[in-house]
Amino acid sequence: MANQNDMRTPLSRVRGLGSAKDGTEHFWRQRLTAIANIPLMLFFIWTIISLNGVGYEQTVAYLSSPFVAIVMLMVIGAGIYHMKLGMQVIIEDYVHGAAGKALLVANSFFAIVIGATCAFAILKLGFGG
Amino acid sequence: MSDTPIQAGANKERPLSPHLMIYKPIPTMVMSILHRITGAALYFGTILVAWWLIATASGAGSFETAAWFFGSFLGRLILFAYTFALMHHMLGGIKHLVQDTGAGLEKDFTTQMAKLHPIASGVLTILIWIIGYVVR
Ligand code: HEM
Ligand code: HEM
Repeated sequence: MANQNDMRTPLSRVRGLGSAKDGTEHFWRQRLTAIANIPLMLFFIWTIISLNGVGYEQTVAYLSSPFVAIVMLMVIGAGIYHMKLGMQVIIEDYVHGAAGKALLVANSFFAIVIGATCAFAILKLGFGG
Repeated sequence: MSDTPIQAGANKERPLSPHLMIYKPIPTMVMSILHRITGAALYFGTILVAWWLIATASGAGSFETAAWFFGSFLGRLILFAYTFALMHHMLGGIKHLVQDTGAGLEKDFTTQMAKLHPIASGVLTILIWIIGYVVR
């Protein structure tokens, strides 16, 4: 580790963030959201199953319960963040240069648009339609 | 050019870098790329989730339109595929999390897991849909 030829300062070495400036943060957040996604997506599947074929009134009633609304917000939050991080890796692997940068911007915008839309709908239903 | 150490090996018929188009796919490779493909499919599928939520929040009329689409044959087909993608990606993700700890990396075991993976995903998907129809 403490190599004589290492040109980094001791502080830089301690921070361990490397030249990309965020170290293993991306990897870790992908894992953290992956762990969160397991129970959350199972809850989401359960939600879809129990709403299968029921009408408008029952669907609204179910989604407006505080418990369901809060967990649904977490499903959307963890799910969207996870998929944004994941798609970023796919883009970085395959698309380089200006096109890659443009796709990374599009990826962020897509995640925010989908996230904001879902969050608004969940809150509107949660606060009573 | 004379025989440099690198060139010396070149006339022996050894595998070069993996040319993916002519490379015999092995189960673990296939499952690895499927994790990426299912992740990307789930990514675009969130458009449908957003549509369903916003339609429900917007009132009975738009809810009925969305419900009609998801209840149609094409709608069901998409939802079935989405369930499979989610199960496949979830199991692959759990596998990733286990492997991050350094556990279970023996070659034969990984191949067995890779062969089991699509079967387990299919079984879970069908199970979920059976429950969906029974509960209904
Ligand atoms: C159900 C629970 C889920 C688990 C356990 C899970 C787990 C994971 C893990 C561990 C990775 C990292 C793979 C790697 O480093 O190569 C990953 C990547 C990814 N996930 Fe998920 N995930 C889940 C749900 C989702 C959902 C719902 C979406 C999309 C809406 C999604 C989209 C992605 C994408 C796009 C990637 C990047 C794939 C790649 O780099 O090859 N995941 N997932
Ligand atoms: C105790 C739990 C598990 C352990 C220790 C484990 C371990 C492993 C290991 C070491 C690999 C090799 C990966 C590679 O060569 O890239 C692997 C591959 C795989 N496993 Fe398992 N696994 C476990 C559970 C599961 C489960 C529950 C499933 C889903 C049915 C699964 C599905 C897969 C798949 C699809 C692959 C190939 C994916 C790839 O190559 O990236 N595993 N597993």
